Amino acid sequence: MNSAAFVVIAILTLAAAFASATLQKLMHAALMFALTFVGIAAFFFLLGAEFVGLVQVFVYVGAVAVLIVFTILLTRRDVQDTGKPNWGGAIIAIAVFGGLLWAILKTPALFIAAPQIEALTVKRIGGVLMTDYVWPLQCVGLLLTAALIGALILVMEDRDEG
Amino acid sequence: MTPTLQLFLVISATLFCIGLLAVLSRRHAIFILIGIELMLAAANLNFIAFWRFGPQPQPPTGVMIAIFSIAIAAAEAVVGLAMVIAVYRHYRTTNVDQFDQLKG
Repeated sequence: MNSAAFVVIAILTLAAAFASATLQKLMHAALMFALTFVGIAAFFFLLGAEFVGLVQVFVYVGAVAVLIVFTILLTRRDVQDTGKPNWGGAIIAIAVFGGLLWAILKTPALFIAAPQIEALTVKRIGGVLMTDYVWPLQCVGLLLTAALIGALILVMEDRDEG
Repeated sequence: MTPTLQLFLVISATLFCIGLLAVLSRRHAIFILIGIELMLAAANLNFIAFWRFGPQPQPPTGVMIAIFSIAIAAAEAVVGLAMVIAVYRHYRTTNVDQFDQLKG
């Protein structure tokens, strides 16, 4: 695992994530959101889970980011976040970060390097998906159908008033 | 020096807290959804990192959970954004402080 690549990807991902959480203009935040997910997909590639990285790029950069941009354009009236930020929330986030960092740094079992692994092929993922994980797969299919129908019902206009 | 598991967990914790910051401090509904997506992605990064650093050989459980989690996060984003549009039609705003009709 290349440490130079790790540092570059970490800086890119965290800077893009911070920008997407703090920028005032919504459209800029949405583009930074897409960049964040490219960075996370790069982490997955670095960790040897190429398939998950590709799925991440397809689903987030290809679909969710475009969906967010569409929603921003459909709610055009306030494309800037004019409300004052809630500083109490920032304090809570920093406190949670401190707690997590303390727990991670206090655990000596996490000081391990990556073991050698045989590459995880898409064939193996497909095999496991069709044997051990076939019920979760069906449930996710049902969930996605329900989400599709639910989203359509939510945004459908009431026609009977006119 | 190659990156250890600890470094990945620190990155993931930072990402989670940036998402938490967006959820708790912003007033705009779309920013809150962006924050939730960032937190879910941080959890996925943890799953993949623990799978990669765990004892080998092992079944690809972490990878499987990450794939299902991505699918569920996509469904959540679709319904969330549809709700933002539906609420915007009703209130003509996306500022969550003004959604106070149910407030006692």
